[in-house]
Amino acid sequence: MTFLIPKAVSRRSVLRGAIGGTTVGVALPFLDAFLNDNGTALAATGAPLPLRFGTWYWGLGHTPGHAITPKTRTSAGIDFLEECKALKPHEQYLNYFGGFNMPLDGRSNYTHFSGWVASRTGSAPSSNSEIPAPTLDLLVADQIAKNTRFQTLDVTAAGIARENYSARSTNSRAAAEASPEKLYQRIFGFEFADPNKADFKPDTRMVVRKSVLSGIGEERRTLFRKLGSSDRARLDEYFTSIRQLENQLDVQLQKPAPNQACAIPVSPRRDGPEQNMPQGLEVDTVIANHRMMAQMVAMAVACNQTKVFNVVFSDNFSHMRRPGQTYTHHLLTHEETQDKELGYQPVAFWFNCRTMEGLATFIDAFKNIREGSGTLLDNMLVFAATETNYARVHSLDGVPVFTIGRAGGRIKTGLHVVGNGDPITRVGLTAMQVMGVPIDSWGTQSLRTSKTITEILA
Amino acid sequence: MHRGFASLLLSLSLLVLAACGGRAPKTSGAEPGARLLTEPQYRSIIADVFGSQITIGGTFDPLVRTNGLLTVGASLARVTPAGFEQFDRMARSIAAQVTDPAHRDYLIGCAPQDVARPDDRCAEQFLGRVGRFLFRRPLEREELATRVAEARRAAVELGGFYDGLAASLGGMLVSPSFLFVIDVVEPDPDARGSMRLDAYSKASRLSFFLWGTAPDEELLRAAAQGELHDRRGLERQAERLLAAPRMEAGLRAFFDDMMAFEDIARIEKDSIIYPAFSAAVASDAREQTLRTIMRVVLEENGDYRDIFTTRKTYVSGALGRIYHVPVDRPDGGWTPYEFPEHDPRAGIVTHVSFTALHSHAGRSSPTLRGRALRELLLCQKVPDPPGNVDFSKFNDPHSPARTARERLSVHALQPACAGCHKITDPVGLGMEHIDGAGQLRTAESGVAIDARGSLDGIEFADVGGIGPAMHDNPAAPACLVDRMYAYATARPTQRNERKYVKYLEREFARDDYRVPALLHKIAISDALYAVRPPVEPSPAFARNTP
Repeated sequence: MTFLIPKAVSRRSVLRGAIGGTTVGVALPFLDAFLNDNGTALAATGAPLPLRFGTWYWGLGHTPGHAITPKTRTSAGIDFLEECKALKPHEQYLNYFGGFNMPLDGRSNYTHFSGWVASRTGSAPSSNSEIPAPTLDLLVADQIAKNTRFQTLDVTAAGIARENYSARSTNSRAAAEASPEKLYQRIFGFEFADPNKADFKPDTRMVVRKSVLSGIGEERRTLFRKLGSSDRARLDEYFTSIRQLENQLDVQLQKPAPNQACAIPVSPRRDGPEQNMPQGLEVDTVIANHRMMAQMVAMAVACNQTKVFNVVFSDNFSHMRRPGQTYTHHLLTHEETQDKELGYQPVAFWFNCRTMEGLATFIDAFKNIREGSGTLLDNMLVFAATETNYARVHSLDGVPVFTIGRAGGRIKTGLHVVGNGDPITRVGLTAMQVMGVPIDSWGTQSLRTSKTITEILA
Repeated sequence: MHRGFASLLLSLSLLVLAACGGRAPKTSGAEPGARLLTEPQYRSIIADVFGSQITIGGTFDPLVRTNGLLTVGASLARVTPAGFEQFDRMARSIAAQVTDPAHRDYLIGCAPQDVARPDDRCAEQFLGRVGRFLFRRPLEREELATRVAEARRAAVELGGFYDGLAASLGGMLVSPSFLFVIDVVEPDPDARGSMRLDAYSKASRLSFFLWGTAPDEELLRAAAQGELHDRRGLERQAERLLAAPRMEAGLRAFFDDMMAFEDIARIEKDSIIYPAFSAAVASDAREQTLRTIMRVVLEENGDYRDIFTTRKTYVSGALGRIYHVPVDRPDGGWTPYEFPEHDPRAGIVTHVSFTALHSHAGRSSPTLRGRALRELLLCQKVPDPPGNVDFSKFNDPHSPARTARERLSVHALQPACAGCHKITDPVGLGMEHIDGAGQLRTAESGVAIDARGSLDGIEFADVGGIGPAMHDNPAAPACLVDRMYAYATARPTQRNERKYVKYLEREFARDDYRVPALLHKIAISDALYAVRPPVEPSPAFARNTP
């Protein structure tokens, strides 16, 4: 029974509605004519290919001594050891940052939390839930992604929607998409406009939606009169989100430029090999879901649906596990016996290897998409990081970071950058500056830095 | 009438006598606020207004548990662009279902002259009626006219009355007036210079507290008539809500939040180690515990503390496989069940919903269980683990540790660990006769389990002793009161309310720990509706506000 229905209405008269299916488009062949002769700019406008930014997160760090050989000074060449050997074929797109520290200025090391918060916000948290400043991806999105369909795309293969390492503040954290199928529908479902389709007709429904949203925006002044200052700030963020959706609709109401790189992937539900996809944290499931999600995000980038994304491979307490084993990845890092001959915890190491293979899969997803004379990786920068150097002891010094991609030729790659104990925020600051965020310093207290890593700038 | 409601009404009448026993400390409340609807509240409102056949897809932004409750976290939550996109998607889906041919005839309540054209009369009738429930107040004349105009424009653009109506309804469902429960204040005629919540805000506070949903027709009527500003009128409404069958859903929503059951849907157990565990077990485990609590506190109007000791519960077929209890219900229904005297399991802390939720995928965790018990049920903060633990002791290759007790004994060797593990482990180790899936066991890795435990000075031999230890722990009922009051106000408890919460704790004890009596006391209190004047915006902020 509902508040709306008189009691006389019988249950029998209440029928269940059906939800319509969705259509999957078919991509047209590549049309090279849309790029200039050397494939670095759009022919129609001469504008350079767009820059994109992303993050890739993995939990529980590395196995020191078995991942990357340390160096004493910054130089070309990254010596990938057993744990990271899957990354070797991608060296020309990578930089590795080692020896950067994470001073907390006397604050507690909230295990598996302080690390990612400090490296992504430039500030150490003062509790196990505080996110004291916006994460760097959102600062970049504010700069480059105002007029894209999705300001950011946040996805996780780790199955836990709330474990998204992107947030504007403690209480402003979007859920990550944890289902490949839902991710597909969100990006390539019925609201997707295929840029390579010959005909384009603006969807009248979107015009109507935009009008309705504009009307809601007008409620702002009335509401603000009723509220205290902190709630006004919260409501302001809500109205900003409405404007973001209006921008999104504006984009969708315009005919998308033909885009040779954009080819709609196969739906994981309807046609893919992974029907009835398992959800969960068994490592093979995580790897399979991550592969599908990485490919979808890569194509979303290629199709200009977003310029900023966040991908989580495993969460900060990595709950990944192997069938029949009582220990999760996280438990192993603390309780597995260290093999004296090998010098590490063998099963935890095994998980770390699978994780780096996951990173290689992620890189492949972007590398396999041609754009201009190169690949998507030439026009993007990914900040790939974790929350600890060595999970066994929760160490925060020397937390490994990779950058992936050439950022439109703005950075050099193939470098091993040595931090010499400098704050890890130097990496984030440099990444944001490369992406055009107008800042000359970033972070608070000992994490504050104004030192760009000039060695990687082209 | 629910069979427990008769005793509930009896207890409420007794309350009138008991009310003479003490004077409630004055509070000044908090500034008027705007609280985002929680996912359960959102779902309840849609089901209450449009019916449970309307499906809701989409993902809600995560809330930060505050004062132990997601409901309180919602008072601080912000709406991200991705979160708003989800709200918009849900709104359009709901609006499309409400106006589709399968539902429109009985939900809209009027029909257009011509389905291909706008119809202001029917649109106004529907949007005005539905808007009153969604916004928890009547729409102002201009506001309604705007919504009707939207429906008209959209009907013209889209070529049909129902499409136009769906567009306007979709807009309402993403409006701040729907998504945020907004306190509206007005000068208090009984106290010069003070403010009070307006009647509709009072109605919302009462309804979300007791029913977990928006006010119904009768409560909105009472608000419109000004009855909620009158003590007797407020009492009448509070008692009506308390006596209604809908009360159970409201109380379930509270306990669901307090027990952190939002995580139960994603419990994952290793299918090789725990083959009997399944998604159905997780779902039924939540229901089992809520049913058990409802029986004690609502149907029997019993002592709240008995939820920790009661042997009476309910089992489903799926749970029967975990509890090793035969359940002859091929229809998948529920069967009342009483753990026999020789069975150590009694009380909700021994249920699958607690023991499996606070365990790892492939094994139990005395530490997680101890922490959850202290934080969720005793309102005690367990410090976070230090970041500088030397784990080499745990990794000792010569360690003979085969049971959790042996593994955790290493923590005692680490001063940095010992402090916190002393808080969590003694009680958690007392639950080791229940494995990570909630099944009874006597051994781990072939070694007999030593399941002795203790809680705040009460020692017990095995999990059978944990219920009595919780029952007699004064922190347990105090925690319930603390959470209940925070849930009622749906915001962090203020410093000026601490004495009042202490007063409630004493009253709860005087009322023999009867939850309905506590609900009633809070529902008709001045404290629940107290509000301080909002701080005026700074001139700079005002200038920047268009």
